[in-house]
Amino acid sequence: MSNAQLEIQLIASVVAVACAIPGTFLVLRKMAMISDAISHSILPGIVIGFFITQDLNSPLLILLAALTGIITVVLVEYIQKTGLVKEDTAIGLVFPALFSIGVILIAKNANDVHLDIDAVLLGELAFAPFDRLIISGTDVGPKSLWVVGTILLITITLLIAFFKELKVSTFDKGLAASLGFSPAIIHYGLMSVSSVTTVGAFDAVGAILVVALMIAPAATAYLLTTDLKKMLALAIGFGIFSAILGYWVAHWLDASIAGSITTVLGLVFLLVYLFAPSKGIIAVTYREKQQRIEVSLLTFLLHLKNHDEEVERHVKHLNEHINWQKVRSKSVLDLAQKNNMIHIEDSIVSLTKKGDEFTSKAIEYIITNEDSQIEDMKDDFFLFRG
Amino acid sequence: MDIIEYIQLVFTDYTLRTITLGTAVLGAVCGMLGSFAVLRKQSLLGDAISHAALPGIAIAFLITGSKDSNTLLIGALISGLIGTFWIRGIVTKTHLKSDTALGLILSLFFGFGMLLLTFIQKQPDANQAGLDKYLFGQAATLIESDVWMMAIVTGICLVVMLIFWKEFKILLFDADYTKTLGFNTKFIDILITSFIVLAIVLGLQTVGVVLMSAMLLAPAAAARQWTNSLAVMVFLAALFGAFAGVVGTAISASQNNLSTGPVIVLVASVFVVFSFIFSPSRGLLFKQIRFIRNRRDLQLHKTLAFMHHIAETHEDISHPHAIKLLNNFQGYTRSTLQKLVEKGYVKLNGGMWNLTKVGFDTAANLYTKQQTEDE
Repeated sequence: MSNAQLEIQLIASVVAVACAIPGTFLVLRKMAMISDAISHSILPGIVIGFFITQDLNSPLLILLAALTGIITVVLVEYIQKTGLVKEDTAIGLVFPALFSIGVILIAKNANDVHLDIDAVLLGELAFAPFDRLIISGTDVGPKSLWVVGTILLITITLLIAFFKELKVSTFDKGLAASLGFSPAIIHYGLMSVSSVTTVGAFDAVGAILVVALMIAPAATAYLLTTDLKKMLALAIGFGIFSAILGYWVAHWLDASIAGSITTVLGLVFLLVYLFAPSKGIIAVTYREKQQRIEVSLLTFLLHLKNHDEEVERHVKHLNEHINWQKVRSKSVLDLAQKNNMIHIEDSIVSLTKKGDEFTSKAIEYIITNEDSQIEDMKDDFFLFRG
Repeated sequence: MDIIEYIQLVFTDYTLRTITLGTAVLGAVCGMLGSFAVLRKQSLLGDAISHAALPGIAIAFLITGSKDSNTLLIGALISGLIGTFWIRGIVTKTHLKSDTALGLILSLFFGFGMLLLTFIQKQPDANQAGLDKYLFGQAATLIESDVWMMAIVTGICLVVMLIFWKEFKILLFDADYTKTLGFNTKFIDILITSFIVLAIVLGLQTVGVVLMSAMLLAPAAAARQWTNSLAVMVFLAALFGAFAGVVGTAISASQNNLSTGPVIVLVASVFVVFSFIFSPSRGLLFKQIRFIRNRRDLQLHKTLAFMHHIAETHEDISHPHAIKLLNNFQGYTRSTLQKLVEKGYVKLNGGMWNLTKVGFDTAANLYTKQQTEDE
């Protein structure tokens, strides 16, 4: 592994971490699409900054671009406040307009500017190590590593300093306001950090893929935990993992590094989406199926309890009365028998003592809706665990 | 080049005619379907789908090796639909919210698409040039068959929309009610969404992945400001869309180095801003005017009520009082007093004012108007 390769992986990992931290809060605050809007609308800021400084890594350019990001947020909020359109429409209107202005600015000055939209939007990590930061004659490393590293350092400092405030205002705005934290300051603080991170990272991974690095690790982590600290840690972990694995995939395919990092992120999300222990698709589908059967079972037991006459409790009658399909009624019958709740004699179904007690309890629970009633039933059934 | 010359050129020049027609048709169909997207609060779906279509284009190219736009668009359509239904799956099955789902699919699919595009570019013998026009769109590459394709799709959209108009409309405004009426809401829902995806895919070649969402939203958001009727809104949105296409093409054709997509989007944005400000019923300008007028009326009423309060204490209601008395009072300004004089409620006499009979009665009825009218 050469020095340049190591540096690329290092830059990618730092970018991933710097994105994952604000990303987690954006996902939790339901503002994920704002990051998409910012990543597009910083383009005019970058272009104007570039016209002034002629240097893609100058701090002024980053500031200008971050300012455009904040202008986007303010504009979206202003349009939303007028009540003329909904928030999502406001986002969808603002960023393409700003992006178009950026594209036109570049196109009109294409001849004398070494900046093209592809580079801004897509970035090229492979070239990052060639742009060195040289301080008084000594080479101290790739420039973008320093830029993103500084941003990461600021982000982490802010995160540690304002963790409590961020946490409270994310989960309970009203409480945060009543405790005296200004929601507006935290909101715009987060937006500023997101904008600055986006700008700092666009050079390395491109503006659109910053969105992936912000949202995907956080969303993946959110499927695995509901603890904020764990979620942050997991998001950072997924980010770094995808950054490094993505680099090697790109190396192997000889394709865009940013693209392959995103693809790895996507695969990680897909895996978690399918197999997450309690919130994955498979777990959810299984639970829904279980709950359906349990509701059927309860309906069935209630029916038995309500009818003493044998005609009503004949297996054939049950089939047509409750109107279930054969398979379903069989699985319900089996479940009831396995739990010793019914016994069947000459095709006449009747409740056992246990089944009778269980049904009474269930009715009581349904009527009163008090959790204490079902404590001892919880072990038997999924239904009451939720 | 003046306007008349340009219009002549549109009719005579093949390329210009094709592009103008293409962008106009595209604007119309996007505006039409965009109305539904905006009203269903799916505005950002367009953005997500247009990005999600990218890997489809790359895969279609990898499989067929052809650059025929129809083949590539079928790939885009399929991957756009996969993206849409995955978004839906994430929102319904997990606790992730729709914004996260949209952002995820958008960025992940786009990243995967970029991976494939760069992979294709590195292939030694592939004739891959031109695939990246789908990123930013190049209206100049439109040919007559593309325009025909757009026209046909627009026609189908129109027919389907007319057939299912009632269903679309009722689903839009009251989904639960639709279900209780026995309509197959899932089918209608999928139908609308599929057409939105189709419109987006059609526009990719012209305005590109990034700006496609604005094509969908802007005409609809502008049209929404002028009417409360769905039919009028869809019609207006189509009109705005087509107009933005034609004007955008004209502006970009008359200048060097100006790509069509961004210009069309900016023209559409200008429509939106104009509608936001100048729409008679919802626009900001008229809202502000109404606000100021109401405030002035309130001031008038307050001054009058105050005067009435003073006049009440005297036997003769027209007993003159000094204007100075009013000075500490909030609603009073010189112009409100002037207004009251014009209406004949008050008479001015040097530094003194006195209520007239009419003014006194009006003031007495000011807050009990309801009762006197009822009697």
